[in-house]
Amino acid sequence: MQSDAGERFELHRWLYRTMFTIRTVEERLARSFMAGLIHGACHTYVGEEAVAAGVCASLSEDDAVFSTHRGHGHALAKGVSPVALIAELYGRETGVSHGRGGSMHLFAPEIGLMGTSGIVGPCILQAAGAGYSAKLLGNGSVGVAFFGDGAVGNGAFHEGLNLAAIYDLPALFVCENNLYATEVPFSHASRNPEVAPRAENYGIPGVTVDGNDVLAVHEAASRAIRRARDGGGPTLIEARTYRTRPHAEGMGLTGVYRTEEEVAAWREKDPIKMFRSRILSDETMTESDLDRMESDIKSEVDEAEQEAAAAPWPDRGTAARHAYREAP
Amino acid sequence: MTEKTFTEAAREALTDAMDADPTIFVVGEGAGERGGNFETTLGLYEKHGPVRLCDTPICERGFIGMCTGAAMTGTRPVVDFMFTDFILDGLGELINQTSKMQYMSNGRLKMPMVLRGCIGIGHSAATHHSGSYYPLFAHIPGFRVALPSNPADAKGLFATALQSDDPVFFMEHRQLLSLKGPVPDGEHRVPFGQAAVVREGTDATIVALTVMVHHALQVAEELSGEGVSLEVIDPRTVAPLDMETILESVRKTGRLLIVDETFMPCGIGAEISAHVTEHGFDELDAPIMRLNGAHVPTPYSPALEQAIVPDRAALARAVRGLLAE
Ligand SMILES: Cc1ncc(C[n+]2csc(CCOP(=O)(O)OP(=O)(O)O)c2C)c(N)n1
Repeated sequence: MQSDAGERFELHRWLYRTMFTIRTVEERLARSFMAGLIHGACHTYVGEEAVAAGVCASLSEDDAVFSTHRGHGHALAKGVSPVALIAELYGRETGVSHGRGGSMHLFAPEIGLMGTSGIVGPCILQAAGAGYSAKLLGNGSVGVAFFGDGAVGNGAFHEGLNLAAIYDLPALFVCENNLYATEVPFSHASRNPEVAPRAENYGIPGVTVDGNDVLAVHEAASRAIRRARDGGGPTLIEARTYRTRPHAEGMGLTGVYRTEEEVAAWREKDPIKMFRSRILSDETMTESDLDRMESDIKSEVDEAEQEAAAAPWPDRGTAARHAYREAP
Repeated sequence: MTEKTFTEAAREALTDAMDADPTIFVVGEGAGERGGNFETTLGLYEKHGPVRLCDTPICERGFIGMCTGAAMTGTRPVVDFMFTDFILDGLGELINQTSKMQYMSNGRLKMPMVLRGCIGIGHSAATHHSGSYYPLFAHIPGFRVALPSNPADAKGLFATALQSDDPVFFMEHRQLLSLKGPVPDGEHRVPFGQAAVVREGTDATIVALTVMVHHALQVAEELSGEGVSLEVIDPRTVAPLDMETILESVRKTGRLLIVDETFMPCGIGAEISAHVTEHGFDELDAPIMRLNGAHVPTPYSPALEQAIVPDRAALARAVRGLLAE
């Protein structure tokens, strides 16, 4: 009982810390984008934090995550530090990809972040590949793909799920269904409004969860990950969620594609707000614990931003390095 | 003539062609109601509706294949990719199917299909939003490849593409989209395989592609102050490639530099260089030179991005080197 409560406290603390860190970094990046400190595109994860946090809570550094163009949250939840992320978007040498990648090419393979991606789709196939390695090596690790509803209409979705299914690969496919791909409603891209039941076509389990409820995401993901590690094969999770910022910074929050009212309604279901009340009703932490944690995170992110802004630019002489393997 | 941006000029060609030819339809992510990610189809949805301005899911292979089938059966699809990088998901369809249908059918099928998208390095777009890849497409029999460098050519080449019965890549450098210039009113077509001599000169020939045409013109202007007379040629299409205009220029200048943002190995510069060596060797007073972007995926950081693309200083240095030979 004692240790159960302890575990629950640890879990809640980690989840809250991770979600609040993602939110704080994203809001910081949105301001930096306005200030011209970010050079390329910047897709934030505000509103969807519960998905990355809920899934990554059950992963270790040996599990391989393959992400999308909206990947800052996945990177942070997988263990990338705010400073390494911000410095990357600032184009600095100390960035997680040493300035080569920017927002859509975040790589930290040493902790199992196998890349965010500027191309929609390939993460699904690559997670199946990580599952294949894990099966061959027998090392108990899992390949995880995060992708949007936009990827569901891509051939990679069909091919990746089928491959993982027929080989019983330890893989987890997490569809972050935020209802829109750029500004195209999912209903325009698919006659079938559901994603999870498609798993049945491949003979694997499919689970729909409230993607703004971090504990629900965590429960579904931890079960699927355990199943994968035990040789039970892949699972498809559909997390229903919403982004409460524009598709990319600089674009419209609403427009022909969605209304102010819809955004406001989803803001009411803010995953961090929801989890905060859950923590308080479960009494795993107090109001003042949470306030202290939030203010610590805010100062950490402020410091990270200052450090990133002061970091050196990459040396232009190195621009052509790493296209090929270098002799050690 | 009316002053227009590159994008407006290309859109004018599309607008006119869609009015004249009811078999033309456009597909792409956001090509419908949104008017295109880069405003390529702005206003057309209101006029022609969702069947002719078709929004797609994110399935490039799927809609390339679909459009290939459509082009074989009496319609004229225009595939709008936003970024050329996204075409790559459909390479199997394009190279095994689209490019070969006319040949496989012994000329009984046509393949009237236009594939358009942004190319080029800039804006810290990083390596999934900055590829050009036109040498790859120019290598394949059956494809036409147009590379407009200014608004007038954007209109004229796009108009020609929209009447071509071969599949045409129409590739728009992102740094040129908002460039303004005079555009002929009414019908304006630029034939494929006809290079433009954009500046006449006598000391050396620079062949430049897309955005590099502008660098070349500026360098030519700068160096004219030192008494150097440079001829600048814009091939405008690389498949077909107008070698005659280039050879004619080399006969006059005796020196040739090819500047291209894309990779050097197996590139357009290699093709031009081989051709001039084969057919104009005796005209050359110096070895042919090439100036290309670095052979590396595009880095994000401005500090690295600038280092891999030929700039005006590098071009001026190359010209001086060529003249000193
Ligand atoms: C192959 C490919 N085609 C098109 C794009 C352009 N694009 C970038 S993000 C995006 C929408 C993605 O929507 P979704 O997968 O639902 O993710 P969300 O942005 O909603 O998180 C599109 C079409 C791309 N990156 N890759």
